[in-house]
Order: sequence, then C-alpha cells, then structure tokens
Amino acid sequence: MFKPSALSDWTLFILFSAAILTMPIWLAPLGANYPDLMQKFAIFGIFAIGFNILFGLTGYLSFGHAAFLGVGSYTAVWSFKLLTMNVIPALIFSVIMAGVFALVIGFVSLRRSGIYFSILTLAFAQMSFNLAYSVLTPITNGESGLQLTLRDPRVLDAAAGVAVGRSLPSTNLFGLKMSGLPGFYICAVMLIIAFFLSMRIFRSPFGMMLKAIKSNQTRMAYTGFNTRPYLLAAFVISGMYAGLAGSLMAVTDPLAGAERMQWTASGEVVLMTILGGAGTLIGPVLGSAIIKYAENIFSAFNTSELRQIFDFMPDGLQQVSVAVSSMFVGEAWHFTLGLTFMIVVIFLPGGIMEGFRRIGGLFRRSDAKAGKVESSAAAAHS
Amino acid sequence: MDAILLQILNGLDKGAAYALIALGLTLVFGTLGVVNFAHGALFMLGAFCAVTLNRLLTISTKIKDESVTFFDAYKEVPILEAKFPTWGPVIVDYSVPLAILIAIPVMLLIGLIMERGLIRHFYKRPHADQILVTFGLAIVIQEVIKHSFGANPIPQLAPDGVAGSANVGAWFGMGDNIVYPWWRLIYLGFAMLIIGATFAFLKFTTFGMVVRAGMQDRETVGLLGIDIQKRFTIVFALASVCAGLAGVMYTPILPPNYHMGMDFLVLSFVVVVVGGMGSLGGAVLAGFLLGILQSFASMTEVKAIIPGIDQIIIYFVAVVVLLVLPRGLLGRKGVMED
Repeated sequence: MFKPSALSDWTLFILFSAAILTMPIWLAPLGANYPDLMQKFAIFGIFAIGFNILFGLTGYLSFGHAAFLGVGSYTAVWSFKLLTMNVIPALIFSVIMAGVFALVIGFVSLRRSGIYFSILTLAFAQMSFNLAYSVLTPITNGESGLQLTLRDPRVLDAAAGVAVGRSLPSTNLFGLKMSGLPGFYICAVMLIIAFFLSMRIFRSPFGMMLKAIKSNQTRMAYTGFNTRPYLLAAFVISGMYAGLAGSLMAVTDPLAGAERMQWTASGEVVLMTILGGAGTLIGPVLGSAIIKYAENIFSAFNTSELRQIFDFMPDGLQQVSVAVSSMFVGEAWHFTLGLTFMIVVIFLPGGIMEGFRRIGGLFRRSDAKAGKVESSAAAAHS
Repeated sequence: MDAILLQILNGLDKGAAYALIALGLTLVFGTLGVVNFAHGALFMLGAFCAVTLNRLLTISTKIKDESVTFFDAYKEVPILEAKFPTWGPVIVDYSVPLAILIAIPVMLLIGLIMERGLIRHFYKRPHADQILVTFGLAIVIQEVIKHSFGANPIPQLAPDGVAGSANVGAWFGMGDNIVYPWWRLIYLGFAMLIIGATFAFLKFTTFGMVVRAGMQDRETVGLLGIDIQKRFTIVFALASVCAGLAGVMYTPILPPNYHMGMDFLVLSFVVVVVGGMGSLGGAVLAGFLLGILQSFASMTEVKAIIPGIDQIIIYFVAVVVLLVLPRGLLGRKGVMED
C-alpha cells in the first residue's frame, strides 16, 4: 500500500506499533477485543511475517512451515517443564531450536527449486508430524499432546525457591502471569519486534538480493553470486519466526500437540500470506488477522442463531436462507475460507494489499488527470 | 517367506491406489502443465459416487415384519428388495461395482467443468498460483462433501460373494499361510486394468498419438492444424475418471470420509515427484515401489530394528531420490527444469 517514498519506514513502523498496542481499544466495536483472539492475531501475524520473508521475497513456496511452529511449541513446553515457568528462556530456546531444524531441512530442500522444493519441505514436515505421533512419543507425548504436570522438575524455579502449589503453575514473565491482557501484550511486543526486523530485512542489501533471486535466479548465478547461502539464510530466518510463533502459542496456553505440524497448518499460513499480499510488509499481518477474525465470527454461528437472523422473512424463504447460509458458517466455515482463497488467487493475485494499491491508483490517476486539465486550461488562458 | 509374500501383496495393493491417482496427476501435468492439488478431491468424489449410489439403491420403505406374530411390527426394507425379491438384493449387494457405471459419466463431467471453468485460466500463471488455487478448490469440494454427507466415515461393503479371503498360497502350492481378502485382489486387478487401458489408449490410438505428440511439442502439433487444447481437456477429464474409479473401488477397503482425498493427495504427489513429473511409467513404477516399501517397513521385524520407519519411509525415500536423481526415477529432460 505504502511505497517507501509515500510514507517513510519509520512513520509506518510507528503507526503499526500504535495500531497493535491499542488493539484492545479499537477492536472493541468489532467485538474482537478479548485477549484470546488478539493473541491469535499477534501469533499468526508473526508466523505469516516469517513465512513472507521466504515466500514473498524469494518466491520459494514452502509447504512445511508448520513443522517449525510445532518444534517451537514443543521446545517451549519442555523449557517450562525442565527449567522455569518464566517465558524468556522458553522463547529463546524455541527460536534457536526452530532455527537449527530450519538449517537442516533448508540445507537439503534448497538443493531443488520450484515444485520440487515445495514437495521436499512437505515431505520433511510430514515426517516430523508422523514421528511426533509415533516414535517420538517420549518427547512429544503423542496424541494427547505435551502438557505440564505437577511432578515436573523445573530446576531453575526450584533453585529460586518458588513454592510448588497444588495447581499447575502458570507461565510468567518475572512473576507477571501470562494470561489475559499481559499475555496479549507480550505477543504484541514480539509482533512489533518481528515486524521491525522484517522491515529492516526488506530494505537491506540482503533483502534486495532475495528479491533479485525471485525475479531471475539464473541471472544472479551468472553475475557470480552464489544464491544458496542467501536462500538458506532466508529459510532459517523464516523458520525462526515460526518457532517464535510456536513458543508464543505455548506461552499463552502451555501445551503442544502434533496437529500443529500437519500440512494443513502449513497451508493455512500460505493462505494468510497470499490473502494479505505476499511480498508486502503489512499484508501478512493483515491476512492472518482477517482469517483468524473470520474464523472466530463464522465458526461461532449455528443453525438456531441463523434462524433468528432470518426471522423476519416468510417461512419458506427463511428455511432456504438458513440452509444456504449454513453452508458458509459454523462447522463449514472452511468452505468460505476455500472460496475466498480461490477468488483472491484468481482475481487478485497480489492479495488485499494489491487491492488497496489498485484503489489508490484509481484516485491518483484521476487526480493527475484533473491536474492536467487544469494546467492546460490555464495554459489556454494565458 | 510367507510374511514377505504377504507384504508384497499388501504393498502392490496400496501401490495400486497410489499409482492410479499419481497416473492422473502426472498425465495432467504432462499435458496441461498444471499442478493440480485438487486431484485428491477427485478421488474422494469417486468414492462418494459409490456412497450416493448405495444410498439411492437402499431408499427404504416400511413393510410389515412377518416374523413377529403377536403384534404389528414394521421393519425398513429397501424398496428394491421389497418389490423385486429375486434380483433386488443382488443389485444392492453389488452397489460398489455398479457405482463404476455411475462414476464414469459423473467424473467425466466434473473433470470437464473443472478444466473449462477454472484450470484453463491458469495455464500461463506460475506453478505457485496453480497450487494455491487448486488447493482452495480442494478445500471447497471437501467442505461440500462434509456438508452433505457428514464428517464420519461411511463404510461400504464389498459384494457378499467376494467378501471373504482367498487362499492365495494354495494356488501356487505354498501351504495355507498366505490368505488375502478377495476384494483387495480384485482392486489390484482392476487397477492394473485401468493402468493398462490408459497406456494402451495413449499408445495405440490416433487420439493418444496426438496427445503424446502434444506432450513433446505442443506448438508444432498446433501448427499442423490440430486443436491440441481440446484433446488436452479430454485428457484432464480422463484423468479425473481414473482418480474417481480408484476412489469407487477403494470404498470397501477404506470407509470414505471427506478428508480421504487430502490424505492421499500428499502421498500421490510424492509418488509423482519420485517417478518424475510428467512421466506416466515413472508414476506407476514409483507408486508400486513406494507401496511395497511402505508395507515392508510396517513389518514388526523391521520396526524392531528401526522404530518408526513405517511412518516416514515414503517421505524419506522421496527426499533421497530427489537429491540423487533430480528428475525422479524416469523423469524426462526439459520437464519442470529450472
């Protein structure tokens, strides 16, 4: 939406931070200002920003990013179990762990490009998912998911003399409990940091290099650049973002399940990025917020509520309306998601941000035209 | 020894399903150059053709239950069985094989609509866009099915005549230890038939010749005055019939549910890539190969040595093959090269 010249990066950054931090206020009229949902906005925003660094800049479509999300979650929960309920070590370890995984998977996958790359990342993600369900059960606790228990050692907490209560301890930041609004604010701060880093990457020579790889990798190779280290760096960075998002999920709700790693979860982040606009700064955050908000709204409806809404209609019409609209809401909200997604890919490949740009372009062009007419009129008079 | 033979049979069976789906997938890719993530949904739609036919045949009516004598009891009986007691039950019993007859025109039509309505607009778009839009379509189809059939698997029965198991070992004089369900054997034979028919169609008919020529060099075929586009559209429809029939026949083995397409899609994609994008022989070979490997990996003896190998073997093989042979097992030069 904003070209660097139209609005300087710093203004954009300040606006963005202000918008994120004041979310509890301005989301109130939309009925979306409760912490649970806002946490999701922030977490998936981070995930999508990270994915966008890979897909938006280099054009490499990874179908396995959920694996890093899962790794992040598991690492965070283990940090809660073994070390301390403080979130700082959990966040750090998760990012490092996801980075290591991304390094290994990226090193292998990036030997191929195009659809082969997509399939390779998909294969790795499915492998991690299947292993998490079966052999790695001692680490991942299989189907029931990794949870906190009262018998966890929590070495650092024990050393610091934190009393073990009768109920499960909650995650905290030096004593501040990470539930409700404080939980949202730590996600929000992370999102702002993540956004800032991604902005710096976009504007850096490194980011330029990635964009050049997207537009013509062969030419890059001919000019003497070895593109693979750059790609690998981008892959690892975006994996770390996913790890951060995963650990924040564990922070706000300390359990981790393998289903977070399934390929449909990877597909979801692709949807978010595309819907918002791949390769733009704000787009992925916007896309993830819209999808999570829509999920929240649409999946809440059930048939009786629909019947109430269409109550004003005559009987037959009411039944038809309920039947039709029940295809889009409640359990079937994925249908709406799929349909929206198809429409976006078909008509607006650049996502919502391109839509904004087009609308903006319309105004600008008409402005310019008006200006031209005026000036020519002035010229005629003189 | 017996266990190994049994695993080979198991693998061939699993491989047959992979091969059938992968065949259609790679056919579409080779002709239209489109990566179709909705192909698994076509497999699922085929399976639900069988469910629909079964539902239609067993529309029931209440009739008096004669076996209860001391009060008036009614039981539900399919109209077909009540009206035609001689051949009605047979028809209901054979609903799965009969569904093939329904599935062929239905899938042909769905394929045509899909190609003309959506895929056509994506020839020139990047592969990423094709993947994304067909992924969206797959979600939509999946949700429509979920909406109309519910989320639970709907078991379908194989005809009574072939519901039991065959003593395969005795046929070859190897003792009675190798017993295998009849229907799975039939599925294997059916898959072979379809694969063979597809190959024969492409190899021995004029239509197939033109299609193969178009796969090699689309422009030249066009310059010869042949409307290659129309033929490719038909190929897409045929590929969707392939997937649909694979789905119909698979219903007695795996009760159809709305997400079975997605489950198979990921595996079939791996199969296609291992076989080599656009290579028909490669898809079939890789399908059977991966199927057999998977069933060997799920033997308890193997699992005792490498735990969890059964879960990841296919993906692991795919990774290795892609790294060693970039074009897959039988991939041609110039297809999907960067």
